[in-house]
Amino acid sequence: MTISVKYFASLRERLGRADDRIDAGTVHTVADVWTRVSAGLPLPDNILMAVNLEYAQAGQAVKDGDEVAFFPPVTGG
Amino acid sequence: MTISVRNTPFDPWTELRQYQDKMLTQYGKYGATASFVGTLRDTNLGTDVQGMTLEHYPGMTEKSLQHIADEARQHWAILDILIIHRYGELAPNEPIMLAAVWAEHRAAAFDACRFIVEELKHRAPFWKCEDLATHKRWVEQNTLK
Repeated sequence: MTISVKYFASLRERLGRADDRIDAGTVHTVADVWTRVSAGLPLPDNILMAVNLEYAQAGQAVKDGDEVAFFPPVTGG
Repeated sequence: MTISVRNTPFDPWTELRQYQDKMLTQYGKYGATASFVGTLRDTNLGTDVQGMTLEHYPGMTEKSLQHIADEARQHWAILDILIIHRYGELAPNEPIMLAAVWAEHRAAAFDACRFIVEELKHRAPFWKCEDLATHKRWVEQNTLK
């Protein structure tokens, strides 16, 4: 009953870790995941979110086994 | 169609030639090939750049590029697509990415190639961290054009 959480780039450095595993029992949305892992840090306005390798919004539902990711604006190319 | 995300240097011109040499089923079919090569510059925002580390999200990166290529094929009459993108450590003048589109006519080739590059810059989960003389600097957003 876990959700895997990943962080990338400057957000990973800011949080001081690349990933977390959290109990899926008490989180229902991507926003809930952020609240659980962020120790009170508000979700920065420009942060992007993904669930299972697809972009997602903060209100998207999550479930046991999902992989949720938070990261800053992308700068490839 | 081929999408490749890799951490080793590549020569886009060799890749283009080798890929086209293998497109046997398309011989005689394509009349237009458009390609874009993105290369690491040695300055950015007025500061010397000594190198760069490109971080990516394994799995989502490939999926994102696949979505973009699929959308391009839905919008334009395309015969083939090649996308190569680096991650890891790069030195100035090293190619960062190659996008190439083969089509019967130039409009589809040009437009689809531009679409792929722009969408990649907006959607593919890569992040650039520049090595400057005194510190590292995350690139906060892509250039608009």
